[in-house]
Amino acid sequence: MIRIALIVFTLMALTSQVSAQLIIEITKGVDNPTAIAIVPFGWEGGGIPKEDVATIIETDLQRTGQFSPVPKEDMLSTPQDKSEVYFRDWRALNVDYLLVGKLVPTAEGLQAEYALFDVYTQALVLEDRQTGSAESLRDIAHGISDRVYQKLTGIRGAFSTKLLYVSAVGRGDAQYTYRLLISDVDGARERIIFESQEPILTPSWSPDGETIAYVSFETTRPAIYSHNLRTNERSQLTNFKGLNGAPAWSPDGKQLAMVLSKDGSPDIYIMTVATRELKRVTRHFAIDTEPSWMPDGKSLVYTSDRGGKPQIYQVTLASGYEERVTFEGSYNAKAKVVPAGGGIIMVHRSMGRDHIALLDIERGKINILTETDLDESPSIAPNGAILLYATKVRGKGVLAAVSLDGGTKYFMPSRFGDVREPAWSPFLN
Amino acid sequence: MEMKRTQLLGAILASVLLVGCASNDTVEDTSDADRIAAEQAADAEAAARSAAAAAEAEAVRVAAEEAAANLQTIFYFDFDQATLSADTREALDSQIAVLNENSNKVRLEGHADERGTREYNMALAERRANAIANYMIINGVARYRVETVSYGEERPVSAGSSESSYSENRRVELK
Repeated sequence: MIRIALIVFTLMALTSQVSAQLIIEITKGVDNPTAIAIVPFGWEGGGIPKEDVATIIETDLQRTGQFSPVPKEDMLSTPQDKSEVYFRDWRALNVDYLLVGKLVPTAEGLQAEYALFDVYTQALVLEDRQTGSAESLRDIAHGISDRVYQKLTGIRGAFSTKLLYVSAVGRGDAQYTYRLLISDVDGARERIIFESQEPILTPSWSPDGETIAYVSFETTRPAIYSHNLRTNERSQLTNFKGLNGAPAWSPDGKQLAMVLSKDGSPDIYIMTVATRELKRVTRHFAIDTEPSWMPDGKSLVYTSDRGGKPQIYQVTLASGYEERVTFEGSYNAKAKVVPAGGGIIMVHRSMGRDHIALLDIERGKINILTETDLDESPSIAPNGAILLYATKVRGKGVLAAVSLDGGTKYFMPSRFGDVREPAWSPFLN
Repeated sequence: MEMKRTQLLGAILASVLLVGCASNDTVEDTSDADRIAAEQAADAEAAARSAAAAAEAEAVRVAAEEAAANLQTIFYFDFDQATLSADTREALDSQIAVLNENSNKVRLEGHADERGTREYNMALAERRANAIANYMIINGVARYRVETVSYGEERPVSAGSSESSYSENRRVELK
């Protein structure tokens, strides 16, 4: 709890500290991305490095849409230390920023020593070290991306976070093999967490990033499971008649909001994870599902079709007071609260097509962020800058990303089968 | 004391029987043969009767199975709807007629098409399975015999994103 509070406080402090810079860089990034040269890192270890650190940083920054990396073949020189930089080489390429660095072996593993320059002012913007084991070159690279991104945009980088998602591979006759997978945010180091011949859905991260919850049909009926990623301990949390779905961790990590239909129709319940004690939150004969916590943990937003069509509602937990949040459109569902506040991300049906949209709660204005169809399962990065969602491209389920300002979009390639249900982890460091 | 009396009674009975046998040997033989024959005939008749009954039960079961096999087991729904069409009700009536003749349990698996969110579709497909379960229960199938499970949009029969695929996927399967 203290740690979470500290992170929030630090995040707020950093955001306000560099907010002027933030506005300038992002505006520029959207219209005309910042040109950055990331010079191949020097290597002072033996043999050949297993990963290309500079390329990992380059693709991290490129993915945000706010940066345009200079191709390596255009570089006139390849400095690996700040003493080797000749600014005229980079001014000639119209580069805004220059990152140089090298990897040096240490007793514990490796140390990356790097420096970031503003090419026009020739100012040393950032000089730092990033250490790790010899096997953790990708972690070192993402750590450098985080620092560089934060320095240049004022937004905390989320490159060292992880993604959960579900893949489904058909095996005929409406049968599929389902896998719950985890990977880095660039899709690298993908690993299977759980595999089943029965459906898996709705993975959800605990706020400390240590435990996940998800729905599995492995008993031929849906049930909610928790899985500690550090200890690999797995336990079944629910086994009720009917639906057992849509688990969502509370901001303090002690409770899990969920949907159960044991009492007739799907309603929202909150389970205290330590005691398995259940508290019923909604009580309506319509469908109530897809709970998502407000950052203060005092209320939930959820989907309900009590008005005839699925719309977003909000319930205050202390009083049980419920109110409708969305009024525009015939289908609004799966709300996710923007961590910085002010809005919710949801699935919004417009002209018969399902898109991801941002609802400004105060102004009641809906801003459609995506142009793809069959968009669902939005999951916002912990820094609130970008979100992942699931969509279909040429008949195949893929993950895609869009920045919350709609300016940046990218797809996550999938190697096989349909990929869906992305869940972006909280900050893990 | 109790033991001795029983033994004595046994001995008296045995001697009476022996006397009887010695005096009416031939008569006894004939009547024994008749009795055995009659018993055998009765046994055969009973066997035949039970065989006939079994055959009849088997025929009923086979007929019911055949009837059930010919009955519709997949019921389709309109987009975002869980209401039973007239055709579905009619098909269910035949299914219920068979169910009311046996004690089989049924599992109703609800499904949705891929449009809309996964957890909402999980709830929508449960509503479809429940609509059929409730219709069965109202029409005399005991509640404990009917299990419902919702698969939402997780198990499409048809992988496409056209209305024809969608209409195949919006279904409840009776198993």
